[in-house]
Amino acid sequence: MFGRLTIAAVEQGPIVLGAQIFIVIGTLAVLGALTYFRKWSWLWNEWLTSLDAKKIGVMYIVVALVMLVRGGIDAIMMRLQQALAAGGGGYLPPQHFQQVFTGHGVIMIFFVAMPLMLGLINVVLPLQIGARDVAFPFLNSLSFWLFVSGAALMMLSLVVGEFSTAGWLAYPPLSELRYSPGVGVDYYIWAVQIAGIGSLLSGINFITTIFKKRCPGMTLMRMPIFVWTVLGSMLLVVFAFPVLTATLGMLTLDRYLGMHFFTAGGGGNMMMYVNLIWTWGHPEVYVLVLPAFGVFSEVVAVFSQKRLFGYPSMVLATMAITVFSFIVWLHHFFTMGAGADVNAFFGIMTMIIAIPTGVKIFNWIFTMYRGRILFTTPMLWFLGFVALFTIGGMAGVLMAVPPADFELHNSLFLVAHFHTMIVSGVLFGDFAAITYWMPKIFGFRLDEKWGARAFWGWTVGFMVAFIPLYVLGLMGATRRLDHYPAGLGWQPLFIMAGIGVCIIVLGFVSQLMQIFVSIRDRARTTADAADPWNGRTLEWSVPSPAPFYNFAKTPKISSRDAYWEAKRTGESLAPGAYEDIVLPKNTPMGIYLAGTAFFFGFAVIWHIWWLAALAALAFLVFLVMRSLMEDTEYVIPAARVAALDAAHSA
Amino acid sequence: MTDRSLALTHEAYATQDVTVFGFWLYLMSDCLIFASLFATYAVLHTNTFGGPDARSLFSLPYVLAETLILLTSSFTAGLGILAARRDRARETIAWFAVTLLLSLSFLGLEIHEFAGLVAAGNGPSRSGFLSAYFTLVGTHGLHVALGSLWMLVLLVQVAFRGLSDTNVRRLTLLALFWHFLDIIWVLIFTIVYLFPFI
Ligand code: HEM
Ligand SMILES: [Cu+2]
Repeated sequence: MFGRLTIAAVEQGPIVLGAQIFIVIGTLAVLGALTYFRKWSWLWNEWLTSLDAKKIGVMYIVVALVMLVRGGIDAIMMRLQQALAAGGGGYLPPQHFQQVFTGHGVIMIFFVAMPLMLGLINVVLPLQIGARDVAFPFLNSLSFWLFVSGAALMMLSLVVGEFSTAGWLAYPPLSELRYSPGVGVDYYIWAVQIAGIGSLLSGINFITTIFKKRCPGMTLMRMPIFVWTVLGSMLLVVFAFPVLTATLGMLTLDRYLGMHFFTAGGGGNMMMYVNLIWTWGHPEVYVLVLPAFGVFSEVVAVFSQKRLFGYPSMVLATMAITVFSFIVWLHHFFTMGAGADVNAFFGIMTMIIAIPTGVKIFNWIFTMYRGRILFTTPMLWFLGFVALFTIGGMAGVLMAVPPADFELHNSLFLVAHFHTMIVSGVLFGDFAAITYWMPKIFGFRLDEKWGARAFWGWTVGFMVAFIPLYVLGLMGATRRLDHYPAGLGWQPLFIMAGIGVCIIVLGFVSQLMQIFVSIRDRARTTADAADPWNGRTLEWSVPSPAPFYNFAKTPKISSRDAYWEAKRTGESLAPGAYEDIVLPKNTPMGIYLAGTAFFFGFAVIWHIWWLAALAALAFLVFLVMRSLMEDTEYVIPAARVAALDAAHSA
Repeated sequence: MTDRSLALTHEAYATQDVTVFGFWLYLMSDCLIFASLFATYAVLHTNTFGGPDARSLFSLPYVLAETLILLTSSFTAGLGILAARRDRARETIAWFAVTLLLSLSFLGLEIHEFAGLVAAGNGPSRSGFLSAYFTLVGTHGLHVALGSLWMLVLLVQVAFRGLSDTNVRRLTLLALFWHFLDIIWVLIFTIVYLFPFI
């Protein structure tokens, strides 16, 4: 009846019990508060069923921040363990430590970095291209809810059962049934698979949006640079995520049907998995970082109060990175033994891809050159990014030399390298973006003082936490160690890394304070929220918070930085009369579809076959029901648009 | 004979344009799924682990029959779309019904082939080669099966609601999907079935 699911699945010892109680109480508290304050119907009608890209974007970001807390707690647990674990010791048994680093990696990549980025794109992209919505609003809602289903499975693994111990990419043969017979890897597979399909659909959606929904006059070379980077990123999604889907699918078949794709015996080839997963995995890092590059390009131009230096070369660099990122995957396993020629090719390609990235860095610096720079919080994040990203990038180029990589492969040097890239590139980029676009979303600015404190906490904390790892890596410390011999002299460095994390926590707490203070004092910052930074692109031309229809009249533009030009010349961006606006109606169908995906995942993880069949059937039924709905849009008459617009500008 | 595309309103045309563009992107991404499976097949096809290899398992005439059936179904789907463009609902339904029948017989043949292999002890868990074979061909088969289900639902919709803009748009997407599956099959036929014999 319940497959492998027994009561033993929830009895996991005291540390997990703490987490379980925390999650259950947290969930109950949220549900209780919603009931107490009678917010259910508001939440359902205004948010959960909404097809408005801005709202979907906000929901992405909120969930991502919650997951960031979870991933952060995992990081703290690992830092504590490694600070204590000289010569054995520590407080986590190996099995649990392995779940923690796997969980941390998976959460940070799939359930923090991806949704932060997708959330931002949802909020900003339609506004920047002068569109009312994305190309497929319903698909957008479905993508979001599929991501939520994946995240929910991920969190559930903590309460019911266990998580994978096979690392964030689940390399076989360790991830095969023979060596991981429990439900951990199955949780991994289904959480990532479901969320990954959501991302793939987002990719299709945003590319179509960029190609088909731009306002009149916005030629490709007039698109804001953020839009270009999103285009590059989403092209990577569309071409790379299917490989992830297929690869996880084959691992699933190995585990569920006894096939031999990647098994150690039976004619399987585990290096095929490693090749395939990195064919997705390397583009994935650019999926994450390209939009952040876009954010920084917007931020640096606006706060240097200058045009972005070298727009065409920026576009070219973005597209070059997009293409090149498909031909470097092997640098993740030079040690496979592919031979000198192959390794040399991939090493050189990896070094070449650093060139367009360098072009970008120089463009940003030249943008600042002779600009009147305003040191606002987004600009601080940007400056921190330039410094750290350059250091991390140089470490990366070093590892692109195959002989060097034979030494550094899977060491803490590598861990330090990719955290430098991801934290400064992706996280700082997302933080800058949230600060920068906050007024457009909510109509007030974020507090500068707490913003600066958050920045310093993160930056200093990051350096204290990760510079020791570069050193440890050079001293020979490998990654994923739950303990190490005491005589190696590593412990002081691990303790220092632990202190670094505490400083990062201060930075994070400052961000929470920043949000709190900003909401409390919002009256002071609402007045100029429509265009608080003297912006250059179309999103700043609409009121704040952006109205649900985005633009009362579709803008027509004739240059890059269209809003900046409009302010300079005093010409209107949208002359002419108001017209009827057609918008999609809310629908809960995305929730239902993704909900069945969640139950399907849960059922197959625990081998509850009847539930799996039921969920699959329900999925098809909901799909057909949705296809039968005819009345999915509504019209706001021109007169009503005019009235709403007048109310906004009053 | 009125050409339907001329009769489309501006909005309907725009929606069609956007949807078809998005669907192409989907097809490209699906293509990458097949590319991954082809690559895996290429790597694993000699890993027979002491079991039978491709040459000793497959029969070309049988697969040729499957191929002809699928290619014909693509042709009839094309005729169905032409009929839909000319606003002839009955004819559209008829052509797609033929397509559906052909697709079901293709699936029948494929299932029969698979069942024979499994019964002889050469199922997907026999060797890396057979895992890759069953998954590649089976994934195509799954696409055909889901496409058939889609076709069925659309036929019912056309029967009840006629050739509305929405229905014509969906038929167009379905036809695209169908041709795409055909191309994949031609690749499967060549790489999986034909290569071992030449
Ligand atoms: C912000 C502070 C962070 C800290 C203190 C931190 C700490 C750690 C630690 C201690 C490990 C294990 C290293 C080892 O193998 O010994 C780790 C692994 C990892 N982290 Fe982080 N991390 C942070 C942020 C992030 C972010 C933002 C991401 C991605 C978006 C990320 C992605 C990963 C991945 C993919 C792994 C590898 C997991 C594995 O070995 O399978 N981390 N991190
Ligand atoms: Cu890489």
